[in-house]
Amino acid sequence: MLVNVTTGLLFDTTWSPYLVGAGIGILVCLALLLSDRPIGCSSGYVKVRGLIGRAIDSRHIEKKEYYRDVAPVVDWSLALIPGIVIGAFISSMLSGTFQVIVVPALWSATFGSNAAGRIAVALAGGVLLALGARWAGGCTSGHGISGSIQLSLASMITAACFFAGGIATAMFLFYVIG
Amino acid sequence: MPLLSRLHGNRGLQIALGLLFGVAFGFLLQKGGVTNYNVIIGQLLLTDFTVLKVMLSAVIVGMIGYHFLKHTGYVQSHAAEGTIGSNVIGGLIFGVGFALLGYCPGTVAGAVGTGALDALIGGFGGLIIGVAIFVEVFPRIKGILSRGPFPVVTVPELLGLNQWVTVIIMEIVMIGFLWFLTWLGY
Repeated sequence: MLVNVTTGLLFDTTWSPYLVGAGIGILVCLALLLSDRPIGCSSGYVKVRGLIGRAIDSRHIEKKEYYRDVAPVVDWSLALIPGIVIGAFISSMLSGTFQVIVVPALWSATFGSNAAGRIAVALAGGVLLALGARWAGGCTSGHGISGSIQLSLASMITAACFFAGGIATAMFLFYVIG
Repeated sequence: MPLLSRLHGNRGLQIALGLLFGVAFGFLLQKGGVTNYNVIIGQLLLTDFTVLKVMLSAVIVGMIGYHFLKHTGYVQSHAAEGTIGSNVIGGLIFGVGFALLGYCPGTVAGAVGTGALDALIGGFGGLIIGVAIFVEVFPRIKGILSRGPFPVVTVPELLGLNQWVTVIIMEIVMIGFLWFLTWLGY
């Protein structure tokens, strides 16, 4: 009985957002306990960029002040990123929802199915996302979840700004331009 | 806790743990539907509240777990001082990027795992370029980052309340908000 329920759950397309959220809350606590780290995703990209840069020209990277604080090495925060890719891949395969797409449905309904246009805007978004995350010292998971759990005032203010900027931009993009 | 500090100091084991935490996190994000562009943009357009439901549930559960662990001495606080120049300006820049890309740094990795090429090319590509730009400009924006420091580090300090009282108030507010959302029909 229990086995059937569990395996059934694994193949379900989506889980209740409350169940998923509760799982993430437990995960953040386990990461603080076992790794002494808040789960946060943006610093992993700093390491990736640093490692790529070091492979091309190590002197250039070593000269950068930021890399003296955040050493470009393979560590916990970097390993998190490929982990998420693998975890979401396994989950989408079990759900039967894995699908190679370039233009998401909501985008093409408003802006058409031109792949180059979607990639260009996504690229600009990615640049601002990394810039903003490093500027604010964390992202949706680092500030929004891990920081809020610790009652950090800065994290809660940052999370509010993520959504304020995001809601204003999305409304402008889809209702004014689109 | 000598066992825990030994674990924290073991580099190889921590890399493996990071990967494992990532797998579990990515699995949950996908099952929650928040690796999907349509769901995230739906949240920013205020038509789909899945993202907020996931985040608030995580904070509701995590806040109790964290404070219990901290009370018993098993974890330490990572809450840091913030500033208007860093947290508000950075948060708003992030928000613009969040809406343009339609994913955040964690969910973009999850979206790659589900086969979204806009997340792979635009998302990963843009993030790496954005980090490179930040590292270049960092020495020049340090002055902005430290401007307008917040007076306190944590919410209980701000409210002048006991930590546990603050936790209970926050829990009631968050659960009440989720209840209100479902009452509205979201």
